Amino acid sequence: MARNPKRPAGARSARTSLGDHFTAWRHHHRDSLADALGRMRGTPGSTLLTILVIAIALALPTGLSVLLDNARVITQGWDGRAHLSVFLKMDIKEERQRALAKDWAGLDGVADTEVITRQQALDEFREQSGFGDVLEALPDNPLPPLIVVFPSNNEPAALEALQQRLSKVPEVDLAQLDVAWVRRLHAIIELGQRLIGVLTLALAAAVVLVVVNTVRLAIESRREEIVVIKIVGGTDGFVRRPFLYSGFCCGFAGGLGALILVGTALWWLGGPVNQLLDLYKSEYSLTGMSPATALILPLFSGALGLLGAWLAVSRHLGEIEPQF
Amino acid sequence: MIKFDRVSKRYASGKDALRRVSFELPAGQLTFLTGHSGAGKSTLLKLIMMIERPTQGQILVGRQNLNGFGNRHIPLLRRKIGMVHQNHQLLFDRSVFDNVALPLVIAGFPKADIGKRVRAALDKVGLLSKEKQNPIMLSGGEQQRVGIARAVVNKPPLLLADEPTGNLDPALSAEIMDLFHDFARVGVAVLIATHDLSLIARYRHRLLTLREGNLIHDGVESATPTAGDWYGA
Repeated sequence: MARNPKRPAGARSARTSLGDHFTAWRHHHRDSLADALGRMRGTPGSTLLTILVIAIALALPTGLSVLLDNARVITQGWDGRAHLSVFLKMDIKEERQRALAKDWAGLDGVADTEVITRQQALDEFREQSGFGDVLEALPDNPLPPLIVVFPSNNEPAALEALQQRLSKVPEVDLAQLDVAWVRRLHAIIELGQRLIGVLTLALAAAVVLVVVNTVRLAIESRREEIVVIKIVGGTDGFVRRPFLYSGFCCGFAGGLGALILVGTALWWLGGPVNQLLDLYKSEYSLTGMSPATALILPLFSGALGLLGAWLAVSRHLGEIEPQF
Repeated sequence: MIKFDRVSKRYASGKDALRRVSFELPAGQLTFLTGHSGAGKSTLLKLIMMIERPTQGQILVGRQNLNGFGNRHIPLLRRKIGMVHQNHQLLFDRSVFDNVALPLVIAGFPKADIGKRVRAALDKVGLLSKEKQNPIMLSGGEQQRVGIARAVVNKPPLLLADEPTGNLDPALSAEIMDLFHDFARVGVAVLIATHDLSLIARYRHRLLTLREGNLIHDGVESATPTAGDWYGA
């Protein structure tokens, strides 16, 4: 077969430059985001459901941790330093009380002492308890003189030794170590924190799985499109990008939803809780989420969505190959 | 443009889809590929598109050996190949224009360029006036021409067609074949896999015939294969 000399050398493939590629890559990111949002808007029912599930799953640990933070702030005042409350016998005079306090301040293992006279105790009780009227009705001041002893060593063994020693002083009625219940409270708060940690992990996993499932269904419904994109030379990244964006958007929106849920719950609880704290003459009031939490939660949730989308895409995209 | 050098493909099931097949397709030539179902036509196309990899032998596309290609090279290879399908593989959630533009969007062409090239391709297949329509509104022949426009829009040096006239009447088939001739004339290597004996008989082009994975015929001499050629007399 003689070749036709007039025939052109061959079709030239269309070529693109590096700069074009970068522009196209940027545009594709923008288009992928627009595409993801468009598709979310196209299926408002299922999108809203997914976002709501994520919001509820994240609102639970977030809300609990806000409440726990409040509990910690409220108990901080009680925490203070470990101390011994040494109640003296009722008939001990104020001069003797002050002398004892001065003596004990010089003891080994004692950092400082504080005198609370019967009158001071009465005034303080009246002020803080709100039972002033009841006290007025009593013939005598029922409160004993008190010396608060601040130990220099907070070791439980040293504290107990000091307690033993002061109990043996004849003027002493009762030397009480005010540290056990504080420890218990701290242990409970610690436990609460751990529980919230476990809960957060479990619910974060739930969020990832919800997004995996949503994206899996989206991939399935776009199977034909993926096949065509692969045939005409779309890279895996090109196919993956819209799904990753939709995963991130679902997560981010779910995080915002969780913020709204927690905010609403705190607002709703705020009134009664503050009223309750007021009744106990507490100066604290319920505090909401910190701005950092409000910022991190949607981003964290978006990252979970991204992870879920990534898992779904890497698991299911390889299965879709062109067939003839 | 394409060179097969003793290419064999055995599937995991143990079936030998191709056995030591060798041939060469030069640029600017239109070639038919025929054989009954299961003779290895689809496998041959899949190997060129790198949907499957050969068990033995070498495939060269351009001057590049596909054996040396990793998975991430596959998209770049496919951008050099225009693929036309029997069932068109069009997307019905977007316009004719967007269907044809897809390979250019993927390859990263600037927007202004995309418009020009898409319209040129649509003009070539005679569908410029339908660019805004949804392909589902078009007839079978028109859908096939949209598929061809998409396959050639980025001017690939190689055009593969899998039963491109499968569902079309003779007049429409002739139109489609005219398009393929035009592309071959400007230097594109065109490989058309088909069952359509009348089509093969009408155009006396080079013919590759597969039977049970063997290339049993290569040439223009006995352009009309008989059923015996396929199934073994």
